[in-house]
Amino acid sequence: MTPSTRKVLVVIEHADGAPTEPSLQALTFARPLAAGEPLHALAVGLAPRGLGDHGVGTLHLAEHEAFGSYAPAAVARSVVETIQRLTPSAVIAAGSELGNEVMAHVAAMLDLPLAANCVSATGADVTRIRWGGSLLEEATVHADTVLLTVQPHTVAVETTTAEEPAGELFTPELSAADLAVRVTGRVEAATGGVSLADAKVVVSAGRGAGSAEGFGIIEELAGLLGGAVGCSRAVTMAGWRPHTDQVGQTGTKIAPEIYIASGISGATQHMAGCKGAKKILAINTDPDAPIFASADYGVIGDLREVVPAISAEIRRVKGL
Amino acid sequence: MNVLTCVKRVPMTGGTIVLTEDEQAIETRHLGFTISPHEECGVEEAVRLVEAHGGESVVLTLGPAEAEEQLRDCMAIGADRAIHLVTDGEEWDPQATAAAVVDAIRADGTAYALILFGNESADAGNYQVAIRVAHALGLPVVSGIKGIGVSDGQLRCERESGGGRDVYELPLPAVVSVLEGLNLPRYPSVPGRMRAKSKPVAASIPSRPESRLERKRLVVPAGQGKQAEILGQGADAAPRVVEILQQIGVL
Repeated sequence: MTPSTRKVLVVIEHADGAPTEPSLQALTFARPLAAGEPLHALAVGLAPRGLGDHGVGTLHLAEHEAFGSYAPAAVARSVVETIQRLTPSAVIAAGSELGNEVMAHVAAMLDLPLAANCVSATGADVTRIRWGGSLLEEATVHADTVLLTVQPHTVAVETTTAEEPAGELFTPELSAADLAVRVTGRVEAATGGVSLADAKVVVSAGRGAGSAEGFGIIEELAGLLGGAVGCSRAVTMAGWRPHTDQVGQTGTKIAPEIYIASGISGATQHMAGCKGAKKILAINTDPDAPIFASADYGVIGDLREVVPAISAEIRRVKGL
Repeated sequence: MNVLTCVKRVPMTGGTIVLTEDEQAIETRHLGFTISPHEECGVEEAVRLVEAHGGESVVLTLGPAEAEEQLRDCMAIGADRAIHLVTDGEEWDPQATAAAVVDAIRADGTAYALILFGNESADAGNYQVAIRVAHALGLPVVSGIKGIGVSDGQLRCERESGGGRDVYELPLPAVVSVLEGLNLPRYPSVPGRMRAKSKPVAASIPSRPESRLERKRLVVPAGQGKQAEILGQGADAAPRVVEILQQIGVL
């Protein structure tokens, strides 16, 4: 198949018809690659709303009774069928967990290369992230149809004026293998407390806390600020805190108004998890710790003295 | 049940990444090496499954001769043997990596009930080798897993999603890519390290195909040019910190 140089297909993730923010970012990312031509979008289940404002000319909507629960290979099969019909020059999805998963299935089904978590693309030349964003890689994708995903939160969503997209309904032919893996159940989390990913304030500590008990003062400050407690990977590996508290490349990605990081040196593994923080306050005994090069504010000192002093000052100011 | 875990040797980067002069690699002269964090949990899970259900736990890597160090580390916490696909140190793209892993699994001949990967490697983060291997072997695959249970030849996997967990049930054999937090990996014991020295490593040299995702060069992202404003030393800094918290509006 010879791809059209301007046909770009974007796979849309949505929650009950509302496109996810990373999917809208993928649409903004895709428009220059389509050189002004309207985009093709693909969704499964429900038609996502408002895609016309994001440059979509045609919405390919896959309908199948199996789409009631997420089945990654079945979504991928719908993408593959659309690729075979359209022969686009590029197929783009959000670099979310699900976006990367679906596109990896597409790449495997078509034996095509896939560039995950790109921050820019010109034709087949892409720049993608490594090390959770601590390093960039310039690469060339050798394929007639370029498959890529867009690193979330690196492109600002821009709307454009366009018509309501034309709808193209289709029912993909799904094999037993496409449906073999699907969500079959749900375990709800115990509610309570502020979730780390959504917290407006995160107070965390690393090895400098000294022990599991050393987190008492961290919990106290987080409590006074209505925030969540975080920690570094060293702390989780020592068994002082559960992995759900870990901020980092292989932990939780946070985006608070302020991140108070105490006794944390600032390894790339950790910093990849707090790039979304608006402000960072670092507390460390070592004035040369790398974290001070990424932080907005710093306090030189032992967290075991500084953190209780901040809590005491908050109590004094609030008259508690 | 026989369990295979695929791992990748990566440098421990510390605070700042420095590149080699040709911008093709990270300068690692002063760095130690490890495997990707997700994979550490994969190896631990494999060892636990074999402890509970019997069978053999095998680790596989595609990497330079020095990656034997990481295979020995995995055997020190309980893996029984290792498969080493020895490279000249050049990175392989994810398609080529998956193809080499598939060839090695076929050549090994063991019937693996479960093939584990990390969800993505710490360095390249391509998010696709496990899925490519599963398609090539015609096996079911699930990604991003933080909970694994096996009973009656069925696999039950849990994946975090929207404040809870989605459950996937799939038949064995299967491929699963896992996330850190699946378990707390054990530290190797001294006897474990001693035993690992004499466990078998099957080494072979695969030939590297052309990259279809061809790396041109690496770039350290422009720093935000930040140098933290130092608010003070020790406990005396507390009033300034509280002023800042008030300015930001979180107090």
